Amino acid sequence: MVYVVILSIFLGIEVIGRVPSVLHTPLMSGANAIHGVVIIGAIIVMGKAEPDNYLALVLGFLAVILGTLNVVGGFVVTDRMLEMFKKKK
Amino acid sequence: MGSASSILAIAYLIGSVTFIVGLKMLSNPATARKGNLIAAAGMFLAIAGTIFLYEENGRKLGNYGWIFAGLAIGSVVGVLAAKKVKMTAMPEMVSMFNGMGGACAMLISIVEFNHLVHGGAEVNIVAGFKAIMAGAEYNAFTNVTGKLLVILLGLIIGSVSFAGSVIAWGKLNGKIKDFAFKGQHIVNLAVLGVILVLMVWLLVSAHHTSTSDYSIDLQINDAGLQLTSGGALAGLSAFFYIILILSIAYGVLFVMPIGGADMPVVISLLNSFTGVAAACGGFLYNNPVMLTGGILVGSAGTILTILMCKAMNRSLKNVLIGSFGASAKSG
Repeated sequence: MVYVVILSIFLGIEVIGRVPSVLHTPLMSGANAIHGVVIIGAIIVMGKAEPDNYLALVLGFLAVILGTLNVVGGFVVTDRMLEMFKKKK
Repeated sequence: MGSASSILAIAYLIGSVTFIVGLKMLSNPATARKGNLIAAAGMFLAIAGTIFLYEENGRKLGNYGWIFAGLAIGSVVGVLAAKKVKMTAMPEMVSMFNGMGGACAMLISIVEFNHLVHGGAEVNIVAGFKAIMAGAEYNAFTNVTGKLLVILLGLIIGSVSFAGSVIAWGKLNGKIKDFAFKGQHIVNLAVLGVILVLMVWLLVSAHHTSTSDYSIDLQINDAGLQLTSGGALAGLSAFFYIILILSIAYGVLFVMPIGGADMPVVISLLNSFTGVAAACGGFLYNNPVMLTGGILVGSAGTILTILMCKAMNRSLKNVLIGSFGASAKSG
């Protein structure tokens, strides 16, 4: 696990390394959508919740909604930003 | 390892690779849009795989109705919000979505903490036996302290990111004005210090509650013999929620004094925070795609934050502390 973490850190730095400043905001937005992977945790929480565990059910449900907002909204906003770029050029 | 979980492992691997390729393509104007779509496709695969293939100790996920309802509501609201927002209001929208991700991590930590308190270690003997026979690892009494550490980190980072992003959204919106008082950064540091001290204290206390403190409850139900133990951490719950409240307060205090022009930098920083919070979830569930996705965003986001500062000819320290003086002067 630690191995994966360290490799991912370097990968993140390496991948971003030379980005033109016009792309800063779309890149931030894209990265924002990617960290929406938390949704997977929310799905697991929700899926494991016992039917009588209302706390887990309610919070898990909220977490799924918020996570989906993050993922879907994030990718759509990024796409719109980039669409705008294309028209300019 | 069953065939379902090997397919899921492949789905997660593909997901992780698309995130890397997507980020790479996003940093080049010619390929950016395609990169975004590739990452989105990978995300879809990882989510669909989790819903249908995930199993823990031989048990599949349930509550499909709730899961799909949540996904549907989130998708509809997300698409509508993202489509309707004005071009000029995009950064604040990104901030809002980022905050939602942070809140998601925060909620996961709350639920998992309650699992830890009430079901300390839940041992389903039949499921465990089946898992072992199938060649899977079955961890009966999971390491409570280690779990608590990731839960707490996810909670703290997630709620700071959530509160901070909402404040950043409000500020870009013009709904929230700059607010700073004398010695605010000292107060901020003090709050952060208290959070860290409480976290360490909670971990140490959890570590010292020996197994004899757990009440063990044996019951036989449809799922087989079930051994439930818990109770030892119940006394610590109050501190967990104090940490939660303080983290939210810290997120607010942290963003409040920062000037509007520096907001994109702060959003980028909070973005990388949420990435780290997602990675904590990866540790919690031993989930590789959450781990790689989260860490990737964490590190790429940090570098991006520094690059954005450079583009504005400022240092990160300057933005975070220096702006305090600037807004105090103007205010």
